[in-house]
Amino acid sequence: MSQYLPLAILMTSLGIVPIILVMPESARRLRTGVNLAAATVKVALVVWLSFEVTRGNSFDLRHSIAPGLELHLQADPLAVLFLALSSILWLLTTIYAVGYLEGGTDRSRFFGFFSLCVASTVGIAMAGNLFTFLVFFELLTLATWPLVVHRGTSEAHRAGRIYLVYTLGGGLALTLGTIWLYALAGEVPFVPRGVLGDLPETAPLALTAIFVLLIAGVGVKAALVPLHGWLPLSMVAPAPVSALLHAVAVVKAGAFGIMRIVYDVFGVETLQAMGLAMPLAALAAVTILWGSFRALTQDDLKKRLAYSTVSQVSYITLGVALISPVAAIGGLAHLVHQGIMKITLFLAAGNFAEGQGVKTVRAMDGMGQRMPGAMLAFTIGALGMIGVPPLAGFVSKWYLGAGGLDAGQPMVIALLAGSSLLNAAYFLPILYRGWFCAPTEGAKASRRIGWMLAVPPATTAALVLVAGLMASAPFSPLGWTRFIVSLEYL
Amino acid sequence: MSELSLLVLLPFLAATLTVAVPGRAASLGLVATAANALLVVSLCREIIARGAVEQVIGGWAAPLGITFVGDGLAAVMLAMTAIVSLAITAQAMSTPGRAGFWPLWMATLGALNGLFLSGDLFNLYVAFEILGLAAVGLTALAGTPMALRAAFDYLTAGLAGSLLILLGIALSYSVTGRVDLETVVVLTESSNGRIALALIAAGLAVKAALFPLHFWMPAAHSSAVPVASALLSALVVKGALYLALRLSIEGGAGAEFLRSALAVLGTGGMLWGAWNALRAERLKLLVAHSTVAQIGLIALAIGVAGDPLQNGLWTAAALLMLSHALAKAAMFLAVGRIAEALGHDRISGLNREELRPGAAEFAFAIAAISLVGLPPTAGFIGKWILIEGLVDEGAVHWIALLLLGTALSAAYLSRVVSRCLRGGPHVSATAQRLPWRSGDVAALGLATGALLLGLAAALPLTLLEVPFA
Repeated sequence: MSQYLPLAILMTSLGIVPIILVMPESARRLRTGVNLAAATVKVALVVWLSFEVTRGNSFDLRHSIAPGLELHLQADPLAVLFLALSSILWLLTTIYAVGYLEGGTDRSRFFGFFSLCVASTVGIAMAGNLFTFLVFFELLTLATWPLVVHRGTSEAHRAGRIYLVYTLGGGLALTLGTIWLYALAGEVPFVPRGVLGDLPETAPLALTAIFVLLIAGVGVKAALVPLHGWLPLSMVAPAPVSALLHAVAVVKAGAFGIMRIVYDVFGVETLQAMGLAMPLAALAAVTILWGSFRALTQDDLKKRLAYSTVSQVSYITLGVALISPVAAIGGLAHLVHQGIMKITLFLAAGNFAEGQGVKTVRAMDGMGQRMPGAMLAFTIGALGMIGVPPLAGFVSKWYLGAGGLDAGQPMVIALLAGSSLLNAAYFLPILYRGWFCAPTEGAKASRRIGWMLAVPPATTAALVLVAGLMASAPFSPLGWTRFIVSLEYL
Repeated sequence: MSELSLLVLLPFLAATLTVAVPGRAASLGLVATAANALLVVSLCREIIARGAVEQVIGGWAAPLGITFVGDGLAAVMLAMTAIVSLAITAQAMSTPGRAGFWPLWMATLGALNGLFLSGDLFNLYVAFEILGLAAVGLTALAGTPMALRAAFDYLTAGLAGSLLILLGIALSYSVTGRVDLETVVVLTESSNGRIALALIAAGLAVKAALFPLHFWMPAAHSSAVPVASALLSALVVKGALYLALRLSIEGGAGAEFLRSALAVLGTGGMLWGAWNALRAERLKLLVAHSTVAQIGLIALAIGVAGDPLQNGLWTAAALLMLSHALAKAAMFLAVGRIAEALGHDRISGLNREELRPGAAEFAFAIAAISLVGLPPTAGFIGKWILIEGLVDEGAVHWIALLLLGTALSAAYLSRVVSRCLRGGPHVSATAQRLPWRSGDVAALGLATGALLLGLAAALPLTLLEVPFA
């Protein structure tokens, strides 16, 4: 019975997609009920799964499609990390989205694709080989498109078109790299320390090309510079979609893909021997700085947050690419930490827009008086991003910095310091305006923010605090990542 | 044992009966398609269990008699036809039909089944003749001046193709003195034989609407009634593609000259069809041009697969045919419904205010995913098998062309799908969704089938491994 747990976790979101899509627009309560029930069941199942995994049980579900080609779901500790993140944040984002879209149009379509999006993310997390990963990765591209263009304006359609061009283009690169690797190595399961055997000696050039193709493919979603152009544009989507895109689904799927490729396809030793780790780390460093620079000049609040994502997600890549177990802990922990911090920021920003019509940094004056709860959550998220102790972001940066020293790259410390300064430079003005400037005359009358909009950012802000304070507890994100890293580096 | 001849006789019997009893034509058609599907299922099971099946009609053995052969490839083609025909019949029953549809449809089904099962060239020619005439009739059913002109062009092109095929068969008979399919390998060994094969292939290229001989096709496929368009685009052109694949298999290494030609023309069709689809202003024309592109892709797949006796790359072409049949039929049915609801099929007018997107638009979108070949569709598995083989051979240029074709198909299909995703200000508050109709189930079922076929690709791939006896 319990060996079907991964399938059950997948089906809690995949199975409700057709049900929600055919529901009439007016069936509001039924739709909300199905959504919340599925999200809650999924969290429960993931908790059950993680207990099973810590007890040493392994899961393997396979379905053969063609000779040498099979769909494979499994649940290794890295998968559980991503599953836990996505299932908990899905529940919160669903609650938020129900409140946010109240009175909106096309909600059946929205929630149908919302569920499909999370189903793909869950599939990506549990993929046991590169083929399965590719299948869900492409599914994610398609599921997100209707969400990006949800508002139906010509601006939204333009953003959607550019999103498709980038992600389908990346998908082609990923597909080609995957097929090429299958042709060279046969089945490519995800196994810690890689599966390439003696290929690095016999076919180094082909492997390098494959690595570039694969990283370019997942790098589009991870918004690695120069493949990040779609991300700031797709900010036209509704706030819960932005939150999902940035914290849980798309960008994270890309970062997770980089982890899988580095750790479980190539293996860190092979990658270092092939001289590919340093270029990847350098690319991550460039992205970190470039994203922060661009964030400085954005007046649109969501665009500033978008460029901040470009920068912050590459911390994960950096932690993976620096060949050091300490940096790896920092990078993996940041997968979760960035997720909860960024979702807090986006949900709070959505509340500013809904409650006060505030969408720009300039209009943030006096937000601490106008919406103290949302402003407090935003502040915790922003301080976490800057890396103020004892918040979650500090823990990630600490391990990344120590890892840089461990890997013999003291430049990393300078990079982190520079990036943190930039983070402060683009976040602190928002906080200053919010808390210390008087509200401008004629600020719009507020719409009451219901509990469905207020509770999710408060919860995630609390998680940011707890993940930082309790970092050394065994079930914290940090504790879990230590366990994962020990598998790769032992 | 007798299933093979039944598969051919039953539809023709139904065609005759629907002429005799026009009032019961729809129910007769339903019984015939259902029985056909059951026969195909039982044949597939038999072939998987016991290998290829052969039947000599009337005791006349080769080289002169009529021989039916059911191997893996034939079974997959029959199954493809059976699945699509169920949906076509369901759709035709829910829309008020035109007199003459059912006899023509049943004759098409019989001719297709006969074509896939034929073990000799002359039978194939006869099946092609019946298929071509029935298809012209289906095109003309719409009755509009445009449809009649398109049908006339179709008739002319089809007859020219038939003549080329007949000429080729006559020449091959003069070279080898026999017409069974085993002669193909003999034909590849002499120059006259190769000319005969080239003539047959040229005829097939006309009938398959392979670039640059596709000139008749976009008009014919876009002016017919929706069920007829679906039939023509999904199944009828597959007859010629099937025979091209069969010649490549039977000819073995000697048929390389045919494959090279197919690869080059296929590439041309893939790019030319995509270019026209990108510029098309009408939805039906876009879908018809996409058929030109997809036929090109399939021809390319047959062409670059190499000697089928040496490797299994040709199975990719079979999978692509299967995937295209289901998805394209779904797409034409959906387009018919969309055009009916709108009153026109201009692409720029798709995002109208007064109607919400419904089941037909959704079916179109799912079918588009299959045609582009995104995972987990059968089209994706086909492309995967092909590219993996080409990587092994280091054929970088063919891989690049395949990827280019994929990107182009995504580009022209997203023109339509993005307009189906309208919302917000583009939909008025009082906009209604079209009510469900039983016909929507056909389009949606086919599209979903095409999508999920990739997950069940092991079944057709197992069947395809069963060799010709």
